Amino acid sequence: MSSRLRWRKFVSGFMLTMTGVCAVVAVAVLFFILGYLVYHGGASISWNFFTKLPAPVGETGGGMANAIVGSAKLLLLATLIGVPIGFFGAIYLAEFSGGTIAFVVRYAADLLNGVPSIVIGIFAYSLVVLPFKHFSTLAGGFALGLMMIPITLRSTEEFLRAVPGALREGAMALGASKWKTISTVIVPAAYRGILTAVLLAFARVAGETAPLLFTAFGNRFWSPGWNQPTASLPVMIFTYAIAPYDDWHRQAWAAGLVLLGLILVINIVARAILSRGIAVPRS
Amino acid sequence: MATSTTTVPSAGPVAGSRSFLSRLRNGDEIARLITFLFAASVVLITLLLVFELWQGSVLPRHKFGFNFFRTSVWDPIFDQFGALPFIYGTLVTAGVALIIAVPLGIGAAIFLAELAPARISDTLEFFIDLLAAVPSVIYGLLGVFIVVPLMREYIQPGLKHSLGFLPLFQGPAYGVGFLTAGIVLAIMVIPYIISVSREVLLSVPRDQREAALSLGSTRWEATWKVVVPFARGGIMGSIFLALARALGETMAVTMVIGNTPTISASLFSPGYSIAAVIANEFTEATGDLYLQSLIELGLVLFILTFILNGLARLLIVATSQRGAGMGHT
Amino acid sequence: MHASVRPAVSVNIPPTVTNAGTRESTSALSMRMSISKVNFFYGAKQTLFDISMGIATNKVTALIGPSGCGKSTLLRTFNRMHETVRNSRLQGEILLDGQDIIAQDVTALRRRIGMVFQRPNPFPKSIFDNVAYGLRINGSKLPIAEAVEKSLRHAALWDEVKDHLHKSAYELSGGQQQRLCIARALAVEPEVLLLDEPCSALDPISTAKIEELLVQLKDLCTIVIVTHNMQQAARVSDFTAFLLLGQLIEFSPTPQLFTTPTDPRTEAYITGRFG
Repeated sequence: MSSRLRWRKFVSGFMLTMTGVCAVVAVAVLFFILGYLVYHGGASISWNFFTKLPAPVGETGGGMANAIVGSAKLLLLATLIGVPIGFFGAIYLAEFSGGTIAFVVRYAADLLNGVPSIVIGIFAYSLVVLPFKHFSTLAGGFALGLMMIPITLRSTEEFLRAVPGALREGAMALGASKWKTISTVIVPAAYRGILTAVLLAFARVAGETAPLLFTAFGNRFWSPGWNQPTASLPVMIFTYAIAPYDDWHRQAWAAGLVLLGLILVINIVARAILSRGIAVPRS
Repeated sequence: MATSTTTVPSAGPVAGSRSFLSRLRNGDEIARLITFLFAASVVLITLLLVFELWQGSVLPRHKFGFNFFRTSVWDPIFDQFGALPFIYGTLVTAGVALIIAVPLGIGAAIFLAELAPARISDTLEFFIDLLAAVPSVIYGLLGVFIVVPLMREYIQPGLKHSLGFLPLFQGPAYGVGFLTAGIVLAIMVIPYIISVSREVLLSVPRDQREAALSLGSTRWEATWKVVVPFARGGIMGSIFLALARALGETMAVTMVIGNTPTISASLFSPGYSIAAVIANEFTEATGDLYLQSLIELGLVLFILTFILNGLARLLIVATSQRGAGMGHT
Repeated sequence: MHASVRPAVSVNIPPTVTNAGTRESTSALSMRMSISKVNFFYGAKQTLFDISMGIATNKVTALIGPSGCGKSTLLRTFNRMHETVRNSRLQGEILLDGQDIIAQDVTALRRRIGMVFQRPNPFPKSIFDNVAYGLRINGSKLPIAEAVEKSLRHAALWDEVKDHLHKSAYELSGGQQQRLCIARALAVEPEVLLLDEPCSALDPISTAKIEELLVQLKDLCTIVIVTHNMQQAARVSDFTAFLLLGQLIEFSPTPQLFTTPTDPRTEAYITGRFG
């Protein structure tokens, strides 16, 4: 073997090994994150954490009960806003619309998807906080709901389109109206993908902090109804992490573990549902 | 899908006239109308968003014009608002992030697409997708408690010791700053580069690699000189996507950048980014000019990410189409 | 179809061969490659059975047979391209100039045995850089520009592209792209050139040009061509091997195989009774 060839083969083996190293490093980060969260957060999770309100500043023993409930309310509202628009809008795109309208709607959805979450927060502020003159769960839920729309819309549309034409034609041939075909044949056929889309959208907004900073804002106490500012897990993590109190830091780790745990579980479940059904390219 | 113009008779009285109301009795038309309204609302919301950003920043646009982007003084007390420090910080942190993330990300994507057996590739990709799902505030949490002390105790002093003659690595080691924010951002955007690049590389036709091998290339040469260049459009697209994400990132950055509007050649210096200043000062902003200046910053961010995302999509689509339509005339 | 009703026939080429076309007779035909008792497995499934044959130096050898008979699989073992597929396994001996191809370094081997693929697959580079690719990585005795011109002339493409060398290869027509791929393969001066149905994606005129080319290229290197087009094999090749279901049924000088085949299965195939 000539020395030139020997060198080329050495370079080849070396570079390919390096790419393996890159892949290992990238994946190792995930395990580091999980590891640290479990280590620091696990120690601080307690019954108090889930049931108590935050203690006065500087005192220990508080919890994040209000933030957990607050996040739940925000996400419920977000789902009620984002999913119907995404779902029905997708039905329109896949079953009823012509080329130009579909293109415009899809373009708008992609645009909305790419907007940084803090800018969504500014939008929700202008639309909901300013007119009502105060922060509210409504404003926060609205902001998060906006972020759920594009994900739900595009994914649902893809899954509806993936339903084979033969199914549609079969139903129509039996005399079913278009709407009946959609509701009894097409949507059920695509339900796995649609459910996955909704779950993934939910998981994505569950962790969002920036849009809540000036919509839901925050609250050291319970937030009754929908018109008051409310605490939420992500914002609490942020506030506690940058504060100077050790007890708050511990709580921030615990909250981080709970939040990430929830998000990862939803992601894994969503992918599991999908893998048992049709495979569709990642968007 | 072509719109159907035949109306299917419903279970009610047969619609004789073509009036709107009688057509409405038809279930399909109602369905079409309702779903259209939902779809249209998406467009409306998007238009409204752009409108609100534009309207909401009218004061500083008229007062400062393009000087907004050239001034570096940000003084709420004297109503002086210059965006330069934030633009600088945003670009520098994004730049550092890409310098770290692009080689690592493309390297990992090459491994997953070219070397790893399918099962390993899919499993690793699964984990990388999970990494992309980790919220920003969690990265911020790790940034504050792990990366910042690491930077302050080991990495920054180490860099200063070895490369301190460069202005990049001078100044006190606070732990927070441009470099730290860049590193945290790098970790956040790597999954995007890997996922998209991997898919693009997998879509390169097999016989490109085989042709290279059949000419006596080593595996690395075939990958690096033929497959990767074939996919370069899509890979660039993944980089643009990552950049768009890095620019808009708020929480993790604001927790580790130091939140000081400074322009400095040193990467150790604390700084500020567009998203971070909006996050920190929006609720404190007194006076319309202050608030609207922050909104104008939001508008800038919107435009930047809009352009980058658009370019990214074009590049990625163009590359996959080239793979599909290759070699035919 | 039933397998191995008759044992596979492998024919040793007699030392004296009369080529009806040129009236040339050689006293001994040298074998550039010799294949003995090759069996090939993809996973648990066997796709080539006990194949033995010789590839004559500076001649064109065609591999024909119906779809799925294993001709492409066999061709790809010659330059060890089967190794790019995970589950494949080769048994038996393949020699290039008397040396076992498995024992050699695969990268060095592939320089000596070139390949042209079914669909033209130029790299996303200029015409010049496509041809220069192999020269740049392997090193070249001549200056690159000269070597590129030489190859393009051998591939009968030089006159058509000499003023456009820096244009993208994708601007060429299908037939031109395939000739570019031939030039690219020839640039590294291989001893053997393998062509896997090179004309199946091309129009008749481009096909004719390439067939003409192959007959001329014999003097430069040894050629093995897989084709599903029997007339092409008859036109272009000196020796033809007929494969069926992974077995070598008959191997003879081309005129002999097409006019007086010894095996009834060969006869059935070439008269179109199946295919």
